[in-house]
Amino acid sequence: MKIAVLIKRVPDTASVFAINPDQKSVATDKLKFVMSPYDEHAVEEAIKLKEANGADVVVVSLGPDSAKEVMRTALAMGADEGLLVTGAGTDSLTSKGVAEALAAAVKSIGAELVFAGKQAVDDDASQVAERVAELLEMAHASVVTKFELNGGTAVVNREIEGGSYTLELPLPAVITIEKGINTPRYPTLPNIMKAKKKPIAEKSLADLGLSAEALAPGVVLESLSLPRQNRRNHIIDGDTPARVNELIRLLKEEEKAL
Amino acid sequence: MSVLVLLEQRGELKPCALEAATIAGQIAKASGMALNACYIGQSLSDQAESLKGFGIEKVYAYENASLSHYSNDGYVPIVRDLVNELGAKVIIGSSSALGKEFCASVAARLGAELVQDAIGLGWDGGLKATKPLYAGKVISETKITTFPAMASVRPNVISIERNGDGAPELVKRDMPQVSLRTVLKEAAQATAGTIELTEAKVVVSGGRGIGGPENWPVIEDLAKALGAAAGASRAVVDAGWVHHSHQVGQTGKVVSPDIYVACGISGAIQHQAGMRTSKIIVAINKDPEANIFKICDYGIVGDLFEVCPLLAAEVRKVRAS
Ligand SMILES: Cc1cc2nc3c(=O)[nH]c(=O)nc-3n(C[C@H](O)[C@H](O)[C@H](O)COP(=O)(O)OP(=O)(O)OC[C@H]3O[C@@H](n4cnc5c(N)ncnc54)[C@H](O)[C@@H]3O)c2cc1C
Ligand SMILES: Nc1ncnc2c1ncn2[C@@H]1O[C@H](COP(=O)(O)O)[C@@H](O)[C@H]1O
Repeated sequence: MKIAVLIKRVPDTASVFAINPDQKSVATDKLKFVMSPYDEHAVEEAIKLKEANGADVVVVSLGPDSAKEVMRTALAMGADEGLLVTGAGTDSLTSKGVAEALAAAVKSIGAELVFAGKQAVDDDASQVAERVAELLEMAHASVVTKFELNGGTAVVNREIEGGSYTLELPLPAVITIEKGINTPRYPTLPNIMKAKKKPIAEKSLADLGLSAEALAPGVVLESLSLPRQNRRNHIIDGDTPARVNELIRLLKEEEKAL
Repeated sequence: MSVLVLLEQRGELKPCALEAATIAGQIAKASGMALNACYIGQSLSDQAESLKGFGIEKVYAYENASLSHYSNDGYVPIVRDLVNELGAKVIIGSSSALGKEFCASVAARLGAELVQDAIGLGWDGGLKATKPLYAGKVISETKITTFPAMASVRPNVISIERNGDGAPELVKRDMPQVSLRTVLKEAAQATAGTIELTEAKVVVSGGRGIGGPENWPVIEDLAKALGAAAGASRAVVDAGWVHHSHQVGQTGKVVSPDIYVACGISGAIQHQAGMRTSKIIVAINKDPEANIFKICDYGIVGDLFEVCPLLAAEVRKVRAS
């Protein structure tokens, strides 16, 4: 069985973010980049499945050449090969275009099972994997916290507000992963060395039969800004009972929130 | 040309459905388009009353017991066909756990651009959306200029507003024939009486400062007194003191309650990602230098084991009077 795992290289959200003077881009010089955390769980889940049942795990990413860094991490965790969609037109895509390109990539691999993160923590777009599933007409489930394979059927748990669903879906399927499903392994040094020799293929949009024109974004970025901090920052003084009572008074009388 | 709002239900219409209706109504007004609604579920009939005052002209109701729970195969084609039939130009849904999956799938089938988890929407010849990026560290303003355009709205950030009591016309629809690939084997409810984090008006969260799982009841009791849901930092979840469904933050849940009370939480940026859009933030922490005080509205520097029980007791007194 072939398993594709969609992984994205994103800034570590613990970084300090600054907006460039054009107000349309984030200054990247101070950013540290990592694999999007949910994607790490997705890679781990695929490797667990490979260890249990045998499978070929292909990590797929769309991005610049530097995306190979996180692909190498995934290969060191145990994935077998990589496919990077890169080159002209890939940097200006919206989630819709990214999904079309990734869908074509997944199709070219012939994957029966696709794992992805529930969201990528840069744009938090929360849609690429579901779009890939719909474009490929695959069954899909999102925000999955438990995954089992029973022959050609996936049995998953997905969280909803105030509860959870247990779903059965036939392969081929796309599953987006929530943390809590597993603990991603750290690559060992020998595996990091081995990963350097594993193949990463590259494809352009044209190689996938797509054109940048057809994927032209329908979203205009008007501005980026840092969130305004207009909090009161009122530290309440006094002894404990006085402070508690003052807090209640503030919430009740000033804020009318109690 | 019209705006279509997708009404999320879980047996009853969810508050986020009425929030989406409120903002969809504002977009309809600003753009001069009509507003329609789509209900998919077991039965809308006895709840149609709550759809008054949003300016909804028609609510298309697809009612069937087999539609009571969300499924991609069941719900998505219905909306795709309805959008095409109505020529809807803007589609608004909710950024709940299921709503995100629903909206992403509908957008894919329509070939529409979509902004999920919007905290503000507007109209300016296109659908404008305000949305946090990078765990809330950056705010983006975008405009979707192709149609249909879609957005889903973060629960709890829009206040439900009605204008007058105009009721929508109820248009009952037959359920289309679909074959469901995905089978729902079980729908488990969380323990009765617990309030869902992402929908709660008040959230009380505990961090590593609670010291151990044996002290979790301190958080739960304050939550109970305030009618709040109980949340936790990742430190508490990773230590195994509570289930990860309580986790608030970048890799947990995003909450926007009226009041967020952080107890023994240092206020790491990844925690902030999950609670930054709360209306009022209260911090209780014994370290005056804790980051959480930089982003709070009201702070008490002190031992949570003294402050929380007293606060719970005083809130109960106020509530009783
Ligand atoms: C990729 C990634 C994702 C992450 N996602 C999340 C996430 O989703 N959510 C999240 O919360 N974190 C997340 N984190 C972890 C985050 O960085 C912090 O480590 C975590 O939030 C710290 O939890 P804490 O505030 O409870 O613990 P600490 O930082 O240890 O803070 C404990 C606080 O309790 C106070 N305290 C101690 N005793 C008392 C007392 N008796 N009374 C009052 N105060 C007391 C201390 O002064 C201190 O400020 C993530 C990290 C990474 C790298
Ligand atoms: N450029 C990309 N390359 C590879 N996978 C991606 C890319 N963008 C998104 N994904 C996958 O889709 C998931 C959801 O991303 P998003 O919809 O952007 O929040 C991610 O966790 C990845 O698994």
